[in-house]
Amino acid sequence: MSDPVFNASSVPLLALGYRFQWEPMQDCNVLLYPEGMVKLNPAAGEILKHIDAHKQTVAELIAELKAAFNGADLDNDVYKFLEEAHDNGWIRAE
Amino acid sequence: MTTAGSEQNKAPGSTGGATGMSANNDIRQPLWLLAELTYACPLQCPYCSNPMDYANFKKELTTAEWLDVFRQARAMGATQLGLSGGEPLTRPDLVELITEARKMGFYTNLITSGVGMDADKVAEFKEAGLDHIQVSFQASSEDLNDLIAGTDAFKHKIAMAKAVKANGYPMVLCFVTHRQNIDQMEDILELAISLEADYLELATTQYYGWAMHNRDQLLPMKEQLVKAEAIAHRYQEEQQGKMKIYYVVPDYYEERPKACMNGWGNVFLTITPDGVALPCHAARELPGMELPNIRDVSVKEIWEDSNDFNRFRGYEWMKEPCRSCDEKEKDFGGCRCQAYMLTGDPASADPVCSKSFDHHLIEEALKRGRLEAEKTVSEAKPLVFRNPKNSKKLSASE
Repeated sequence: MSDPVFNASSVPLLALGYRFQWEPMQDCNVLLYPEGMVKLNPAAGEILKHIDAHKQTVAELIAELKAAFNGADLDNDVYKFLEEAHDNGWIRAE
Repeated sequence: MTTAGSEQNKAPGSTGGATGMSANNDIRQPLWLLAELTYACPLQCPYCSNPMDYANFKKELTTAEWLDVFRQARAMGATQLGLSGGEPLTRPDLVELITEARKMGFYTNLITSGVGMDADKVAEFKEAGLDHIQVSFQASSEDLNDLIAGTDAFKHKIAMAKAVKANGYPMVLCFVTHRQNIDQMEDILELAISLEADYLELATTQYYGWAMHNRDQLLPMKEQLVKAEAIAHRYQEEQQGKMKIYYVVPDYYEERPKACMNGWGNVFLTITPDGVALPCHAARELPGMELPNIRDVSVKEIWEDSNDFNRFRGYEWMKEPCRSCDEKEKDFGGCRCQAYMLTGDPASADPVCSKSFDHHLIEEALKRGRLEAEKTVSEAKPLVFRNPKNSKKLSASE
């Protein structure tokens, strides 16, 4: 496995050319990119919605998500998703 | 049209990765709307996928008609909009079409030769909300590029590729490869690196329209392919994390056909410059098509109820060896247009498949290509360039 890209102070951003939006006909959030589309499951959609909404560190992102989900313990899940999303080329770290 | 190969590339299934879209067989939605805005094009590429008789189609859809098509397709679930042609930059209403499409929620892709573009226009498109510009090249050297394009375009394309990048777009370059330029593979990759491309599509010429007419002169030879492929794969590894490289193997050299358009009438909808709705951009040439026009019928009715779109959906239409084949759900029997062009029957197996009873046609075509390649310059058949004069001449003689 490669070294992790994200830590608490890194800022995840959508990759160049990627767009996040809700698709009513698909009944899910999607990422659109040059000539393609990824359908997102609810958890991925929720994390990316926050990343798309405003620039923030991973620590702030996790705090926001915790506030939205009654303090659920989701640190590991978020980090895991961010690394996967980065491997897929969906997001970059600033 | 310089964009032939790249457009075909967009047929989900002809490559993976950036050009693939997830298909959902339960809900059929036209996820991909390809708007061929015009057949007008300043280039004359001999591998163009536009119909040979394109010069006979004059009455282009108006701005209002295009916006209506966009609105209808979007309401049905389309997310990707390809603005193509011909050369879409020849449409004076392009900015308006982009602006409105973006407002509707489309991911807007401009597929262009770059000819007719300038840095101001690129900035204007950005302002209008255009998501992505793909610039096509004909070769990595000025001489060959301009020879194939039939016009001086190379230097301008380089400038436009840089303008695209400078405006904050991901840079997507497309090269359509064939026998005349495939030996430049290493130079093509180096050019893409020097331009800091984010994506590189190494598309292959697909033999429809003008490309079919010029097939003997365009089919690459096996040894060219082996060499080019090795180079492409080496760069794919070296460029990991920097530039995404999509390499498409020409289907004539495959054992199995491409899952053309990810299935007929499944995710892909093309509208031609004069308003005909097609399941793929080559389907106009199939026999027995009714060619419904969005000027007469709604997009929804065409997509759901027309004979054209239902003609090759599912598996009932298949003949042997497809009908009993355990791979039919993977490739849908290949390409209907290729089956028709080569065998005369659009319901037969794509002859690219080694199981096809007509597979020898592919082998013969490759042989003819090699014979042509071995001829001296004075004996060789000249490439027939895609321009209005040749279009009228060739469609009159048919």
